[in-house]
Amino acid sequence: MEKIEIIDSSCIPLPIEDVDTDQIIPARFLKATTKENFGDNLFRDWRYNSDDSPKEDFVLNNPTYSGVVLVAGKNFGCGSSREHAAWALEDFGIKVVVSSFFADIFKGNALNNGILPITVSDAFLDKLFRAIEKDPKARVHVSLPDQTIKILDTSDSETFDIDPYKKMCLLNGYDDIDYLLSKKDQINEFEETRTY
Amino acid sequence: MGKTLFDKVWDAHVVDTVDGGREVLYIDKHLIHEVTSPQAFQGLRDRGIKVARPERTVATADHNVPTENQHLPIREELSRIQVQKLVDNCEEFGVTLYGLGHPYQGIVHVIGPELGITQPGMTMVCGDSHTSTHGAFGTIAFGIGTSQVEQVLATQCLLLTRPKRMRIRVEGELSKGVLAKDVILYIISQLTAAGGTGYFIEYAGSVIRSLSMEGRMTVCNMSIEMGARGGMIAPDETTFEYVKGREFAPQGEDYDKAVAYWKTLYTDEDAVFDKEYVYHAEDIEPMLTYGTNPGMGIPVSGEIPQTGGQQGDASFRKALSYMGLDAGSKLEGHPVNHVFIGSCTNSRIEDLRLVAKFVNGKKVASNVSAMVVPGSQQVRKQAVQEGLDKVLRDAGFDFREAGCSACLGMNEDKVPAGQYCVSTSNRNFEGRQGPGARTILASPLMAAATAIEGKIVDVREYI
Repeated sequence: MEKIEIIDSSCIPLPIEDVDTDQIIPARFLKATTKENFGDNLFRDWRYNSDDSPKEDFVLNNPTYSGVVLVAGKNFGCGSSREHAAWALEDFGIKVVVSSFFADIFKGNALNNGILPITVSDAFLDKLFRAIEKDPKARVHVSLPDQTIKILDTSDSETFDIDPYKKMCLLNGYDDIDYLLSKKDQINEFEETRTY
Repeated sequence: MGKTLFDKVWDAHVVDTVDGGREVLYIDKHLIHEVTSPQAFQGLRDRGIKVARPERTVATADHNVPTENQHLPIREELSRIQVQKLVDNCEEFGVTLYGLGHPYQGIVHVIGPELGITQPGMTMVCGDSHTSTHGAFGTIAFGIGTSQVEQVLATQCLLLTRPKRMRIRVEGELSKGVLAKDVILYIISQLTAAGGTGYFIEYAGSVIRSLSMEGRMTVCNMSIEMGARGGMIAPDETTFEYVKGREFAPQGEDYDKAVAYWKTLYTDEDAVFDKEYVYHAEDIEPMLTYGTNPGMGIPVSGEIPQTGGQQGDASFRKALSYMGLDAGSKLEGHPVNHVFIGSCTNSRIEDLRLVAKFVNGKKVASNVSAMVVPGSQQVRKQAVQEGLDKVLRDAGFDFREAGCSACLGMNEDKVPAGQYCVSTSNRNFEGRQGPGARTILASPLMAAATAIEGKIVDVREYI
């Protein structure tokens, strides 16, 4: 897993609520047995027509917008538990997703794949969308150590919450399995002593 | 202070508490399928480790499998490779597999309960968000991502933050033609697609108590559709009776001992929930969805709202545009070309019996293509033994073999672009049943009535 510390980037705006993981990566693209190349089909049906030609008006096809920060409406990542959604975002190059609300499973999957989900207030999300509307190249500065996100054009900033353990994992590129494997003896003991 | 059902079960599985409040939770049963497991097995290989407790994981193939000619090789190459990968992985790592052709094969959330793998008081996970289904047994069951599948394979544990607790009580008596599916669609329409996020739900109240295990599974199944980690129901005589005698359930003296423990699994009277809701049976009609998430639901007598309400207006308009429906219009009377009865929500024997009883002697409308897909080989076998297959076929339904089928547009069963499908499945997301497909979620009875009439009708007028 890649480490995350400071991100300074322009943004890709997706001002839609309840973006479900079937939109992030439709089920028909879940047939791979490796984690590679899911980015090609990120937002497939919003991004391409049925003849595979790009849909001009979708944000990922608009060269005006670029960067490693995706900004989305509330309840991002709802629906299916497919981690392929996180793999697709990661493969496409997204490092941070900003929204006012994330679905639980997606949030966990993102953190397990080196993507930082930042939950901001509705007001801040609104300011960020407006800043991007005004200047598509508007940049944000994200500091994981400080737990802050700042819109550089307007100097609006907000702090965000993150579980301290998950923060440590992201800063160091660690994952949960390393930790759980270190608990082997306790797990064995639990199995031996449980009454039911 | 007393404990909730959720906390009783959770506390019995905590191996360790980590700084910052995370807990190492022991997982009793782990179900896997072909779609979300290959990368997890590869992860084990990359780390050079084995499956820690192979006897606690059970595999089946469901998402990718065709529902016709299952004895032949899968035609679609990528699906065939993925299903074969599961066979190879299970063999290499010593995991029990009920694969294609096995009499126990079926949708992972149908086979767990019917085989007695699912039992009260357990912790269960699967790389599939509808794992919440198993909560019907008083089980803490929830969907996980593939990294977590790997964690469970490697250690039989997960590192988790305890969710908040919500109780939803549904009181009263359901009127005729109103099913468990309507109850959960109603709840989601009230709470929205995000209303349960961060919570684990306990369903309670006289309506829930009166439901069969099949009905309870339908309710718990869709907990994730309001964002909840899972949903559970305290086990009672209905539960014990269902589990009794099933293949992997405790037998004889062990069963009696288990029941004695299961009887302690209820929420104490003075236990406190972070959030509570109460709904009343008399407010619940047969339900339909009109939009592109399961929270966008209305009663059959109702109209599509004029504005998004809690849903933002832009998302509301986008959904209606995708669905080709107008704000303020009724769904009743709307013509439909496809009916799908199946999925982990509504593909159990009780669902099939209900549908067969309703369509017996009737004919599917000429403008409708209708299919019934049993949730498992065992459900299918039972249906055939009872002659339900003949009733369904005589009425013009396509009666298929077991699998996830048209719930998710991953196998050969898809709804064509732009067409409407009244579906007993769990998700009406854009493209869920195939690119451009328009899904209207409903109960098995509403779906059956739609198939016969060729348009959306109020099933209460036909029973």
